[in-house]
Amino acid sequence: MSDALAVRLAPWLYTLALLVIWEIVVVVFQIPEFFLPPPTSVARAIYEYWPAIYRNSLVTLWSTLVGFLLAVAFGLALGLLVGWSRSIYAGLYPLMIGFNAIPKVAVVPILVLWFGIGFMPAMLTAFLISFFPIVVNVATGLATIEPELEDVLKALGASKLDIMRKVGIPRSLPYFFGSLKVAITLAFVGTVVSESVASNNGIGNLMLQAQAQFVVPLIFAGLVALAVEGIVMYWLMAVLERRMTGWAHRSGFAQA
Amino acid sequence: MSGFVSLHEVSHAYGVAGGPPAVESLTLSVNRGEFAAVVGPSGCGKSTLMKLATGLQFPYHGTVMVAGQHVTKPVKIAGMAFQAPTLLPWRTTLENLLLPLEIVEPYRSQMRRKKAEYVARAEALLASVGLGGQGDKFPWQLSGGMQMRASLCRALIHEPQLLMLDEPFGALDAFTREELWGVIRDLHAASGITVVLVTHDLREAVFLADRVFVMSARPGRVIEERVVGLPRPRDLEVTFTSEFQDIVHELRGYIVRARQ
Ligand SMILES: Nc1ncnc2c1ncn2[C@@H]1O[C@H](COP(=O)(O)OP(=O)(O)OP(=O)(O)O)[C@@H](O)[C@H]1O
Ligand SMILES: [Mg+2]
Repeated sequence: MSDALAVRLAPWLYTLALLVIWEIVVVVFQIPEFFLPPPTSVARAIYEYWPAIYRNSLVTLWSTLVGFLLAVAFGLALGLLVGWSRSIYAGLYPLMIGFNAIPKVAVVPILVLWFGIGFMPAMLTAFLISFFPIVVNVATGLATIEPELEDVLKALGASKLDIMRKVGIPRSLPYFFGSLKVAITLAFVGTVVSESVASNNGIGNLMLQAQAQFVVPLIFAGLVALAVEGIVMYWLMAVLERRMTGWAHRSGFAQA
Repeated sequence: MSGFVSLHEVSHAYGVAGGPPAVESLTLSVNRGEFAAVVGPSGCGKSTLMKLATGLQFPYHGTVMVAGQHVTKPVKIAGMAFQAPTLLPWRTTLENLLLPLEIVEPYRSQMRRKKAEYVARAEALLASVGLGGQGDKFPWQLSGGMQMRASLCRALIHEPQLLMLDEPFGALDAFTREELWGVIRDLHAASGITVVLVTHDLREAVFLADRVFVMSARPGRVIEERVVGLPRPRDLEVTFTSEFQDIVHELRGYIVRARQ
């Protein structure tokens, strides 16, 4: 088999292998279905409950995407602001760190208090959890401009805005797009956390109900739905990153 | 005080004033059209001198004048190049060259209208340093020496009156370096631009410069000034003459003493 083909097939083969091993383990050790259902019964659950899974997946996806896009806009703006001025940086950084350290599940009750249950707390939790990596990455890109380059531009009479536009922003784009991959994954976490506490919809809620009714394969079906959504969105972000910042991936290191 | 670039009794300290100065009582004057070289021990304040002369740093004492004007903000008539080429990796070589024109007036406001003219100018400049037709390559597709050439072109594209070079060839091998000496020599001869070159290489200083300034160890000031009378145009062969080597030896003596 050629190398390129091996690389293309590898993800599918590994996934398949995992499923097969899982199935075998369940069968060989006679693990009861209510403890760990085998992939085949998870697949059956997906088929059986497909309408519910499909509908709730879309609900989760929608909350996640809205929260994520809000995080992108807000994170980008805040990152540029923080990278722009040392004093803004000094003032906001401890606040952001502290804010990031708060477990977001603890914020959900407050959001429910303010906005009620459902879409709003889920979307906002996704937003809150995913904006931090974007801010930090954009600010890092701006903060690490080579001083020599800055001197070259300043000696031409470039304003701070010029330096930002010509160097700072293009330079922080790889950091920004890199952070989107982390952020979208976190956004799903936020949505599901909120849905399982405060919603009548979404995969988080679906899994909670499945647990209450002891339909264990359906819980796992919910996990699979989340995993698929997560992989697809991550992959989209990776493609976007490659498209927008090809120049930053010129070393052969990652390809080797 | 005369001279195109002149520093008079200049003292500068980084960070808080009252800290140890990087340069102290530095006095130096470079004439219009002259090629000046600055040599001195490492850390003596050569790069600081460049920043003072271009208005990137301001002294706590003394005066800095460029083109008859007190330097109170970054001077706009200078082009700079450093040891690292500092080209932008997301722009092609040609786009890198156009960067200064996107910033400096009057080019900036005419960028859209005269784009073709500017591109032609950049291509001509690239050709003059032996990079003809390489403009659409990205900097990281060029060798170190080629990047340095492009960096020189970027420093020259807006036709500055003053060219400031801070160890521009420090990272290059001996052959590439000597090749680029020729490039700089020809640029200077053709344009009559004023050049200040900081270097560790005494042969480089003597080959290129009309006058060599020797700085003391930190805090730096000018302790010697040596006129290089070698006739122009100079050929690389001149570096093998005894006259040339005497000057190099003399300068070496000053530096050895400055380090003590
Ligand atoms: N940004 C800075 N902040 C604080 N101190 C600095 C800064 N830049 C330079 N210095 C100090 O000022 C002194 C002079 O530095 P400078 O870079 O001008 O030396 P140099 O002669 O260019 O050295 P080299 O030959 O190694 O390039 C050094 O002792 C250095 O520690
Ligand atoms: Mg230096």
